[in-house]
Amino acid sequence: MDPTDEQRPILASQVLERVGRDPARCYQCGKCTAGCPMSAEMPIKVGQIMRLVQLDRRERIFRDSSIWLCLTCETCSARCPMDCEPATVLDALREMVVQRDPALLPVRIRAMHQAFLAQIRKNGRVFEMGLVMGYKVRSGALMDDMTTAPGLYARGKLALTPRKLRGIADVQRIFNACGAQVGSGVADSLRYLGSRR
Amino acid sequence: MNIGYYPGCSVHATAREYEESLKAVASVLDLGLDEIPDWSCCGASSAHATNHLLGVALPARNLALAEAEEMTRVLAPCAACYGRLSNARFELGRDQALAREVGVVLRRPFRNSVQVVNVVEILQELLPRISQRTVRPLAGLKVASYYGCLLVRPSKVTGFDDPEAPTSMEQVVDATGAVSLQWNKRTTCCGAGLSLSRLGSVVRLGHAILNDARASGARAVVVACPMCHSNLDFRQAAINRSRQHGAPGRAGELPILYITQLVGLALGIAPSKLGLQRHFVSTRPLLERLLEQQGMEVA
Amino acid sequence: MARIGVFVCHCGENIARTVDCARVAEALADHPGVEFSTDYKYMCSDPGQSLIKQSMKEHRLDGVVVASCSPHMHEKTFRKAVSAAGLNPFKCEMTNIREHCSWIHEDRAAATEKSTDLVRATVERVKYNQALSPITIPITPRALVIGGGIAGIQAALDIADAGREVVLVEKEPSIGGHMSQLSETFPTMDCSQCILTPRMVDVAQHPRITLHSFSEVDAVDGYIGNFDITIRKKARRVDEDLCNSCGACMQACPTRKIPSEFDAGLGTRTSIYVPFPQAVPNVPVIDEPNCLYLKSLARRRKSKKPARSRKPVCQRCVKACGPKAIDFQQEDRLVTEKVGAIVVATGYRLYDIGREQDEPGISGYGEYGYGKVPDVIDGLQFERLMSASGPTGGELRRPSDGKVPRHVVFLQCIGSRDPAKGMEYCSGICCMYTAKHVLLFKHKVHNGRATVFYMDIRAAGKGYDPFTRQAMEEPGVQYLRGRASELYRDGDVVRVLGVDTLSQEAVDIKADLVVLATAIRPQKGIQDLTRKLSVSVDHHGFMNEAHPKLRPVETATAGVFLAGACQAPRDIPDTVAMASAASSKVLALLSRDELEREPQVALVDTANCSGCFHCERACHYGAIEHEEIKDGQGRLIRVVARVNPGVCQGCGSCVAACLSNCIELQGYTDDQIFASIQAI
Repeated sequence: MDPTDEQRPILASQVLERVGRDPARCYQCGKCTAGCPMSAEMPIKVGQIMRLVQLDRRERIFRDSSIWLCLTCETCSARCPMDCEPATVLDALREMVVQRDPALLPVRIRAMHQAFLAQIRKNGRVFEMGLVMGYKVRSGALMDDMTTAPGLYARGKLALTPRKLRGIADVQRIFNACGAQVGSGVADSLRYLGSRR
Repeated sequence: MNIGYYPGCSVHATAREYEESLKAVASVLDLGLDEIPDWSCCGASSAHATNHLLGVALPARNLALAEAEEMTRVLAPCAACYGRLSNARFELGRDQALAREVGVVLRRPFRNSVQVVNVVEILQELLPRISQRTVRPLAGLKVASYYGCLLVRPSKVTGFDDPEAPTSMEQVVDATGAVSLQWNKRTTCCGAGLSLSRLGSVVRLGHAILNDARASGARAVVVACPMCHSNLDFRQAAINRSRQHGAPGRAGELPILYITQLVGLALGIAPSKLGLQRHFVSTRPLLERLLEQQGMEVA
Repeated sequence: MARIGVFVCHCGENIARTVDCARVAEALADHPGVEFSTDYKYMCSDPGQSLIKQSMKEHRLDGVVVASCSPHMHEKTFRKAVSAAGLNPFKCEMTNIREHCSWIHEDRAAATEKSTDLVRATVERVKYNQALSPITIPITPRALVIGGGIAGIQAALDIADAGREVVLVEKEPSIGGHMSQLSETFPTMDCSQCILTPRMVDVAQHPRITLHSFSEVDAVDGYIGNFDITIRKKARRVDEDLCNSCGACMQACPTRKIPSEFDAGLGTRTSIYVPFPQAVPNVPVIDEPNCLYLKSLARRRKSKKPARSRKPVCQRCVKACGPKAIDFQQEDRLVTEKVGAIVVATGYRLYDIGREQDEPGISGYGEYGYGKVPDVIDGLQFERLMSASGPTGGELRRPSDGKVPRHVVFLQCIGSRDPAKGMEYCSGICCMYTAKHVLLFKHKVHNGRATVFYMDIRAAGKGYDPFTRQAMEEPGVQYLRGRASELYRDGDVVRVLGVDTLSQEAVDIKADLVVLATAIRPQKGIQDLTRKLSVSVDHHGFMNEAHPKLRPVETATAGVFLAGACQAPRDIPDTVAMASAASSKVLALLSRDELEREPQVALVDTANCSGCFHCERACHYGAIEHEEIKDGQGRLIRVVARVNPGVCQGCGSCVAACLSNCIELQGYTDDQIFASIQAI
């Protein structure tokens, strides 16, 4: 990948077009990385990601888990002296992966988003029991948090059956119109899990 | 005064006590909550993280429903819902092309005329009433106000308080008679977005926040977000157990209260009506101390 | 019939490569009113000029058009030649067929045609050219210098030493400016006060310098060579002539806890005070809001109760003063001075990271605690802590508890290069003074640690880079590339969260003291002053020079010059150089008795002027005056506009604004312009 190749649209311009924020303005002060609560866990820190966007090393970004560790807490955007909004840039990068190569999503993150969106699509609202179960099936993390459900139930915090909207068709139409593509059904997810690296 | 009300998914399940306490407090303060009929999920945090258009269209549906009911303002108690609704309003305001696209997706008239407010904001407006109707001032209760991320950031979207040095929660806390503490991690993220998928991160982040709150002398942490609450209350046992971070174990338990619960206590509402029994970290020792001071017994 | 000569220049190949100069000359030969037309390789050369002069005589020309380069280059040359040949120089005009034609076009035929058209237009214009003569203005051979920091001091001394009188105005009680607050100076580590105070004394003792300290420029009237300055001498309440600088009043003053401006708030002073022992003039001033007696007077006035026979409050200074110099009755006084030139040297102030800001678009730094975190100070405060004359006598002790800090963190670029919260520009001097701070710190605290967060090291001056290298390589010193993200108090330390972007290593430092290198901003009140001077500022408030390359110390307003940080952030050597440059410009102006100015100024046809004074509002330079038209008996008939040719800059705004169409710009009259347009 040659970042000087003039034929290819530069990643920074693609991001700019998607979200209206220009990563080319970043001058690597590092304030984003220094303030990021997830820096310690990210293989590629947010400031580095900004630089890799400028260099158009998209493979390194997309094949790494870092963009999926972002909490969208927006601390970086609040402190960026150049108003680059790194959090928004990361939003754009995640969207690019989802649309072009969803297989690159880390399993658990993908499972979480799938379970979440599946809930909304199905019920119009998130039904937490369903969300957790959906996540477990999709991620394979079946035993995680097994002890907490009884605690939630005891405190009246766990509804066992979903409540559907009257306007559920309306919500489903919005999903379709937006071309939301994280994959919705459990079957789809199982297929995906079977093929995961 | 009446205001549009967008409950959000979590207040009907894990954050049940948030809605219970909000409704109890609202009734004492004569604040009418008109629920948006047939509201749907705002999509946080998966929609906007994966599909920009969906991330705007889902909240926009709810704002359009509110508009159809002629609501001018909508209260979103959940900070994540508040963030998503505010963001949709903001993006639709600045991006004409996006607004057209969303219009096509929604298939309903929408002028983007509804303002979005959070719980702290509305309590701040009602400060005089809170002070007036406080019957059990929480004198001496040392409280660390925790804002988390989404109430104050991104500030150009929410336009609420100062993103680095906010003061609004403290104002509300002060009105209850409790003591607002100075501490450092008030706006540091608790990691809610990864609550399900990455417990280790949540423990690390939660530990730093709770540790700083304890160091400041806090007896309780006050929040205004179901996700912050879930991470700091529901996950607190895991956080306090974490040997890796030198956690204090059970001895360090710190009750996490919704700001509506705190205000409710000051207004003299029974703890059970505020859902204080629903917490994972018991609020009982705190309530006992408090009521003992006031010469009453725990209901 | 006109007898105009056309001279087409090849400019070597510059024009001839793209324009067929001979054809242009040929085409013009037939143009009505053109008596003679020719082309030549270098019209500006001696033979070229001779050709013009020769042809003028031979053909008895009454107008000359030179088609060549930009008039910026050679208009003077050709007008001089025309003048030497006995014709009024303003009968000569140039057509720019180089920048406007040959350099920007490729098609030779089209470029030739365009050149022909342009020259034709100029010929038509010249037919209407009037003979003009330069305007002469008398000059007052004195200069005003505004600001008594190192820039103003240098400018005042240079001008005065050259034999011209100087009026120096300083708004603080003493001259000296920021340089007097510094401990040492980079990169030589000279003691700042040691090199500055002799200059301050020179100013005080100079026979040709009149110093107005504790004074401000109230109003500026007039124009180059003839400014009338009104200076407000603020009430010092101590008689400068009577005071013998003994200091007894300060000893006697009971209010001793006022934060000292000179010590950047770290030390204290009394309410009657001199800012520092070497002050010039060494005469105290009474600080009205803090003086017990003056406060009691104000209270009494406010309460509006009849003055009871209460005993006057305090007044211990009055009792202590031997020569009876204290005068509570003193009030602000206005004095006027006539000068021919003005040097602005108002300097800078530091950006403040606080929540409240005086300009939209600047927000302060919440992540650094809005300036409320103890032991987080700015560069000038660090200078005071390091200075032998400072509040700690030169010992480094942190403000909160007086402890000697072991680990000091320096943050560069605070408010600089930060379009989101501060200023977009680089403040220029912070890399250097931070390196100096590091070395001074290591000198005072041998086993101390210093960590510097920098963005880029900008050390381009003479000896500067080795100086910053020295700081970086000093044992115990670590330079980290990046900005800190957050500062907060933790027990008795300041936690600094940052990252070194070169290694991506996160750092979390427990610092004893944090020094912020905050941005350089123009002095407060600059907008007010520049409005009085009709000088423009950029959107940060720094004053605009007339030309960024070629006229760096002049302004667009004739007779007003710039020195130092009022124009952009500058260090001491650059400031001094600029001050000397400004004084040489002033001296060039003041060395003449009369000023000759180009006559292209606006002229009002008073017969048609309706006196609406739209022009007055349109004029940026205040050149429009009111002229009274009286009859034979001296009775006022009406008031009309008159252009003061000394002030007019020939911009033409008034011409466009005039409703009755009675203002013309000499040399650019409607007749001339319409004739040119019609020829194309």
